[in-house]
Amino acid sequence: MKILVAVKRVIDYNVQIRVKEDGSGVHTDNVKMSTNPPDDNATEESVKLKESGKVKEIVAVTIGDDKAQETVRKALAVGADRGIHVKSDTYIEPLGIAKILKKVVDKEKPDMVFLGKQAIDDDCNQTGQMLAAMLNWPQATFSSKVTLKDKSMEIVREIDEGLETVEVNLPAVVTCDLRLNEPRYASLPNIMKAKKKPIDQMIAKDLGVDITNRVQQLKVEEPPKRKAGIKVANVAELVSKLKNEAKVI
Amino acid sequence: MSVLLIAEHNNKNLKPFTLNAITAASKIDAEVHVLVAGSGSESVAKEAASVPLVKKVLHCDSPNYQNYLPENLAPLVTKHSEKYDHIVASANTFGKNFMPRVAAALDTSQVSDIIKVNSPDTFVRPIYAGNAFATVKSNDKKRCVTIRPTSFEPAPKTGGSAQIEKVDAADVPNFSKFVKREETKSERPELGTARIVVSGGRGLESGENFKLITDIADKLNAAVGASRAAVDAGYISNDHQVGQTGKVVVPDLYIAVGISGAIQHLAGMKESKIIVAINKDGEAPIFSIADYGLEADLFKALPEFLSELNKLNTIQK
Repeated sequence: MKILVAVKRVIDYNVQIRVKEDGSGVHTDNVKMSTNPPDDNATEESVKLKESGKVKEIVAVTIGDDKAQETVRKALAVGADRGIHVKSDTYIEPLGIAKILKKVVDKEKPDMVFLGKQAIDDDCNQTGQMLAAMLNWPQATFSSKVTLKDKSMEIVREIDEGLETVEVNLPAVVTCDLRLNEPRYASLPNIMKAKKKPIDQMIAKDLGVDITNRVQQLKVEEPPKRKAGIKVANVAELVSKLKNEAKVI
Repeated sequence: MSVLLIAEHNNKNLKPFTLNAITAASKIDAEVHVLVAGSGSESVAKEAASVPLVKKVLHCDSPNYQNYLPENLAPLVTKHSEKYDHIVASANTFGKNFMPRVAAALDTSQVSDIIKVNSPDTFVRPIYAGNAFATVKSNDKKRCVTIRPTSFEPAPKTGGSAQIEKVDAADVPNFSKFVKREETKSERPELGTARIVVSGGRGLESGENFKLITDIADKLNAAVGASRAAVDAGYISNDHQVGQTGKVVVPDLYIAVGISGAIQHLAGMKESKIIVAINKDGEAPIFSIADYGLEADLFKALPEFLSELNKLNTIQK
C-alpha cells in the first residue's frame, strides 16, 4: 500500500507571534518556521505503518514557496521515500489546497492520505475533510489510534464527549491528532540520506484548478489585552478576593 | 436570504451549543432554519421548533443519521442547502468534522470558528491560537460558517412554535461505519458550558494527585480541565483538555493550578472572566494573564483552599 502525507510550513509553535502595525498580517521575517506539529504526527504514523510491513511507499507533499521544501526534507529524513513540492508564492486557502492535493492524489493513487488535523497558523481545520469530499472518500478526523486492516482502517477519534471509533474503507483520508504518536527525531545519517531522496516540483497555478481565494482578509489585529492582575499573599486572601471583590464564588 | 443551521443533538435532546450557534446564526440573518438529522429524533425537532429565534425546522429521520457520520450527513446538508445563503454549525468536533465536506461539495471557501458577526459576509475569527483576530469577508455566494459557541450567548429555549417540515434523506455512500462512542460520564457540569472550571497541569505530578483538583471542583460545582501536558502524561483523559487543540472555555472563573501557561493552553481559556493562577514558579507566563495569582506550592495551597472554601457560609452554584 501507499501513503501520501501532506505537510505544511508554519511559524514555530513556540514563537509568540507579533501582529503587523498596519493590520495586514503577522510578522514572518526572521521568525523561526517549522513543520505544523500534527503534520509531524501524520508523518510518524505513516512511517510506523511502513515499518509494520503493510505499507510499501510514503510520498510527502507540501504546497508553498521554496522554503516549504524544508518540511518535505524533514519528512524524508524520518522515513518518507520521496517528496513533491507544489510551488506557490502566495497564500492559498484550504479549499484551493484541497484541490491541489486532489490533483496529486489523482496522479499518485495512494491508498491513504495522512494530514495534521489543523494548521496552527490559520487554525482552519478544513483541508483533510475537503480533500476527502472531493475524492468521494471516507475520512477519519482527529485520529488518536489507527489500526490498518486489509481493506479498511479502524480509527479512534478524539471528540468533545470522549472517544469515538469508526471504521472507514480504503482509500481514505486520515487527519491526525497530537496524541496519535510521539514523532521521532531524524538522525544525522538519515538527514544526510534525505538530501539524496528526490523531490519532484510542480507549479500550483499550472495544475488547472481554480485556486483563487474567496475569503478576503480585511485586517488582522491584536486581541484585547487583559488588564494586569495582582498577586495575593496567601490562600485566605485569594478566597476573600474571589468572594468579595470578583464575586464569583 | 436565510440561514440553515445544522443542529447537534443526541437523538433525544439538543446539545447546549446548538443554542449558542442559533444566536450567532440570527445575527447573520433573522430567517434561521434548523436542520435536525437523526434517528428517532422527533423530540429534538420539537425542541428546536420551540426556540423563538428559529423560524422553521427541517427534520430528516433515518438510521443513517443516528451518529452523524460526516460521509452521510454532508450529502444531506448539501441536498437541502439550495435555498440558503449561509450554512452554519458549531465549531466543535461535530461541526468541524462535516462542514468542510459540505463546503467542498458546494465549492465554497469555509469561514471557520467565527467569534463575531460584523455583517452577513464579514466575520471576525481568531488565528494563531487566538493571538491575533482576523476580520474576513467572504466573497462566495453561498457561505459555510462554523461558530465558536462560547463567543455567543445561548438562545432562549422556549416560547417559539416553528413549523416542522419533514425532508427527504440523501443517498449514503456506505464506505464508513460507526463502531462505538465512549463518552466520559461525569456528575460534574460539562467543561464547555460550566460557570467555573478548575484545571490542573503537569505540576500535579500524577493522576492520583488530580484528586486535589476534583475535590475543589466538587466543592465549587465546577468542571475539571487540564493542560495538554497533563493529558499527555496520562494524568487525566483527553476530553478534559483546554487549549488550541482541545476545548475553548469561557467560564466566569477559571482556576489554573500547576499550569505554566503555554500559548496553546492560553488559547483555550484566556477569555475567561476571572482567571486565578496557582503556581510555585513566580515567573510562569500564566501569571501575566491572571487576575489573581498565588505563588505557592500547590500541594500545600489546594488543601488550604478547600478548607477555606469549607469555612464559607454560602457558595454560588
